[in-house]
Amino acid sequence: MNRIQIISILASLLLIYTIYRLVHRKKMREQYAILWFFTGAIFVVFSIFRGLLDSISKFMGIYYPPATLTLIIIFLGVLLAIHFSIVISKLTGDNEKLIQEIALLKHKIEKIETKIDK
Amino acid sequence: MDKLKKVLVIIPAYNEEKIIKKVVEEIRDTNSNIDIVVINDGSTDNTQIEAKKAKGEVVSLPINLGIGGAVQTGFKYAYQNNYDIAIQIDGDGQHDPKYIKDLLRPILENDIDTVIGSRFINNEGYQSTFVRKLGIKVFQTINSILIKQRITDSTSGIRAYNRKAIELLKDNYPIDYPEPEVIILLGKRNFRIKEIPVKMRSRSEGVSSISGIKSLYYMIKVIISIMIEYRRMCDE
Repeated sequence: MNRIQIISILASLLLIYTIYRLVHRKKMREQYAILWFFTGAIFVVFSIFRGLLDSISKFMGIYYPPATLTLIIIFLGVLLAIHFSIVISKLTGDNEKLIQEIALLKHKIEKIETKIDK
Repeated sequence: MDKLKKVLVIIPAYNEEKIIKKVVEEIRDTNSNIDIVVINDGSTDNTQIEAKKAKGEVVSLPINLGIGGAVQTGFKYAYQNNYDIAIQIDGDGQHDPKYIKDLLRPILENDIDTVIGSRFINNEGYQSTFVRKLGIKVFQTINSILIKQRITDSTSGIRAYNRKAIELLKDNYPIDYPEPEVIILLGKRNFRIKEIPVKMRSRSEGVSSISGIKSLYYMIKVIISIMIEYRRMCDE
């Protein structure tokens, strides 16, 4: 096992542990952690099973296997970013609905208050 | 039967315009001394109008939150209005309100905190798909190990909670697939949980909100959540 492999394994375990701690302290919701755990799992598997990484590198025509791992992680990063865009899109939509609801509720309340004053 | 305790029936409902009125009326017919609140979970159909026709209270969420968010809203309502006991019954007609008194009895007489209506104590009534049955077996095992109680039906949505449970759950209620996770949440805090046998009717109208591949996703997600929740509890 060479140095980069050791560093890779440690980094992947650190990632998984970090995400776990964030969820444990309720800083991250479980539904968002799933993709992170999946990423960490891929990271750790390809770090430990060098042969697997080598096979995939060969298949993809990449000469230097650590570069393949980098590519895979970048790809997973893109997936995560897409996931976030989807989540943010929903939140934006919900936020707009809430803003409008509140405005209409405030209006209703003001009308009721003026009625009570009379 | 309510022995001067204020009891609230919480009915989470999403797009159940065809049956919600019947559900509310059926509860009222079998239990006269009980309050009912329908939590309309951002339905896009006429659920709100139909529920109001049955003279129950209706709380309409401006945005769909899912069963977890809807039921939690019910707990907040129960807490704010000083209810002693909250009963959860699904808005799709699967649950028979005749079991309400059976759900209440352990709370009133034996100081139990949470009562669950289980389909599997006696193995009767409407049974669900293979995937769900497998999931249910998995949860049974997890529950036995983690909270040392044998819960036969963790996904059952017909339940009763006492004031102590309401106070906890109004602020801490899992979002996605809450029924199994709540059991761990309560079990690890040493809440007394009991099950009573029930038969459920098959879904009369509409489509189940959880199906096929989604079931698998939920199973994985819930298992992860349960494990983490368990660790959280160990630290406290």
